[in-house]
Amino acid sequence: MARAATAAAGKRKANGADATSVTKDELLKYYREMLLIRRFEERAGQLYGMGLIGGFCHLYIGQEAIAVGCEAAKRPGDQFITGYRDHGHMLVAGMDPREVMAELTGRIGGSSKGKGGSMHMFSTEAAFYGGHGIVGAQVALGTGLALANSYREDGKVSFAFFGDGASNQGQVYESFNMAAVWKLPVIYVIENNQYAMGTAIDRSTSEVELYKRGISFNIPGEQVDGMDVTAVKAAAQRACDHCRSGKGPYILEMKTYRYRGHSMSDPAKYRTREEVDEVRKTRDPIDHVEEMLEKNGWADEATLKAIDAEVKKIVADAAEFARTSPEPDPSELYTHVYTTVEQGA
Amino acid sequence: MPALSPTMEEGTLAKWHVKVGDQVRSGDVIAEIETDKATMEVEAVDEGVVSEILVPEGTEEVKVNTPIARLGGEGGAAKAAPEPTPQTQPAPMQTAAGDPEKQPPEAAKPRPEGEGATPVTPKPALKDPELPEGVNLVKVTVRDALRDAMAEEMRRDGDVFLMGEEVAQYQGAYKVSRGLLEEFGPKRVIDTPITEHGFAGLGVGAAMAGLKPIVEFMTFNFAMQAIDHIINSAAKTLYMSGGQIKTSIVFRGPNGAAARVAAQHSQDYAAWYGHVPGLKVIAPYDAADAKGLLKAAIRDPNPVVFLEHEMLYGQEFDVPEGIDWVVPIGKAKVRREGSGVTLVAYSRMVGFCLQAAEELAKHGIEAEVVDLRTIRPMDIETVVESVKKTNRLVTVEEGWGPMGVGAEVCAKVTELAFDYLDAPPMRVTQEDVPLPYAANLEALSMPSVDRIVKAAKAVSYRS
Repeated sequence: MARAATAAAGKRKANGADATSVTKDELLKYYREMLLIRRFEERAGQLYGMGLIGGFCHLYIGQEAIAVGCEAAKRPGDQFITGYRDHGHMLVAGMDPREVMAELTGRIGGSSKGKGGSMHMFSTEAAFYGGHGIVGAQVALGTGLALANSYREDGKVSFAFFGDGASNQGQVYESFNMAAVWKLPVIYVIENNQYAMGTAIDRSTSEVELYKRGISFNIPGEQVDGMDVTAVKAAAQRACDHCRSGKGPYILEMKTYRYRGHSMSDPAKYRTREEVDEVRKTRDPIDHVEEMLEKNGWADEATLKAIDAEVKKIVADAAEFARTSPEPDPSELYTHVYTTVEQGA
Repeated sequence: MPALSPTMEEGTLAKWHVKVGDQVRSGDVIAEIETDKATMEVEAVDEGVVSEILVPEGTEEVKVNTPIARLGGEGGAAKAAPEPTPQTQPAPMQTAAGDPEKQPPEAAKPRPEGEGATPVTPKPALKDPELPEGVNLVKVTVRDALRDAMAEEMRRDGDVFLMGEEVAQYQGAYKVSRGLLEEFGPKRVIDTPITEHGFAGLGVGAAMAGLKPIVEFMTFNFAMQAIDHIINSAAKTLYMSGGQIKTSIVFRGPNGAAARVAAQHSQDYAAWYGHVPGLKVIAPYDAADAKGLLKAAIRDPNPVVFLEHEMLYGQEFDVPEGIDWVVPIGKAKVRREGSGVTLVAYSRMVGFCLQAAEELAKHGIEAEVVDLRTIRPMDIETVVESVKKTNRLVTVEEGWGPMGVGAEVCAKVTELAFDYLDAPPMRVTQEDVPLPYAANLEALSMPSVDRIVKAAKAVSYRS
């Protein structure tokens, strides 16, 4: 039972040291992807404030390194599945930012034609299986994706993302048990952002070291600095190798932090502004990559600014599309309740 | 003024954290706003310099989308979003992407009643397959008919597999899966731990990935632990994904009352699942339907709840031999023709109705027995056609009456054939109590042939 990285609660180890395992192009790619998520989420928060996005909207700001690092380790066809904090995973999986944003605004151009909303988006093409609004459901479903991979012997791995809150759901352990018994290729990525909505982890959880949750199922687990994309990628790579070699499931506990409230309507009074500011100042995953890039001489300010401008343009375009795409036609009300077409056909 | 909750329409600007001339970065707290729920901190989205405060501290009832401040862009030049069309005027801070006057298009406009879409319910003429000349009918138990259906479909399609408790080595808790492990091996006939919520979720996940699982519940009573995945994960995902994710899966097992197993092991879930759009719900009576409808369910690209009955497993019926016998989902069957009263039932209660019809015939009442076979989509046309002929309706189910299958049938018949009814419809159901264990109380609680006869006489104004 390895423990790869120290808890991210403290300061990160010296920047640049972990650059040995990553190339310039990779790091620039991570930077761009993480920045895209952040700018996208900021804009989503803004559109919510304008009343263009309704209902619940859970932002991924602060946790970007996890989706990006896991994506970097996965192969084409490997599946992602997560809960309702899903925008980041969709963007790195390759879904069109326009379609994701238009789904948030409930328009026909959305990836679910406006019928799913923030918490319910999917793309078979991008191997992204949702987008699930029921806490913990994605863990059993993601294990089922792995069951399909195992059944077909296609070498694919399923990534099931869930939070520290979901880690107390019973079906998580039902899934762990079956995944271990049947040696299913599934990576359980626990995004431990320390708060289950407003409940701090030590108030809800007897063993807060969540990577240990697999011990009684003989599932190996690692704790990873989820604010360091290179650490995430390296750990996800180990997990993939483990799964693909037929050894069954693997647990990655990503220590992370969400900057915003649980959802847009959360005033976040359960933690101090100082706590949030401290993380932003000392552990921000994007600042970290920026420092690594500069330290290694891989990007100057102009390069970073150019990336920033490109990302902003994508996000502005997505927002414009999401604002102008029409609402679904009333005739869409009764479509897609049933299908006559088989999966993949 | 940003909307900070799903229901917020206006708020109080409690406090400004910035003043004119301050430089803000995205993520900086710029103000505190009291919503209908709480006091929230508002973070800046864009970078720039505060050029004007439009709504002073302490202002109450500020409508959502009212500009509260203006932000000048980087480098002193006033910059405004929408980014594709830069303007020279500073932009309102919270409405950076558009016209502050503009309401979310159409978002809150109620549609006049009747203007919305009407249900698109394609109604192909559904018919049981014709039996080719020379086909033998052989006596088969419902149990073996179900097994044969699974075996034939597993031979036909390598994506079909069976999972559940005791389905493999034990040969099925009720021996429905007898012999399948031997023929198909442990990869396709999977013994699960006792973990309904979990294995139902795994089944749905595998179906999302394109396989066609048959998930057996030892009984549907235990499926209540799994009902979240049946409804939230299986039934709704096609819709929520705009048609992208199909879930071709069958949830099957015995449903309804067995004998002397008391309340927790004796419940009819037809109405529960029949309530849910996205699910198909089947409850067959005889062996031919059990086989033909299970084969149809396995081939169906939608999630299907297939409700069997333990008390029918051992009963023998005629089943066509040697042909690919598939019965269409969504088609009721008139099991006995009659002109005096319509008896509508499904599953085991069809047998009770047929017995009641024999009894009624002795009293000069010719009952027509309609076997629904499929609960959802319900073939109400066949029921209505029958009622137009008999003018009287009795529904029979093992489930409780309130909000039940009979309640739905009565409502539909009242809507569609009110003028044809000569008497208020009646429902025969389980008594409105948890099923008791004591033999006498159990018998009192369940529908019986005698109660069906009495109800049929009552709607015929006969004693």
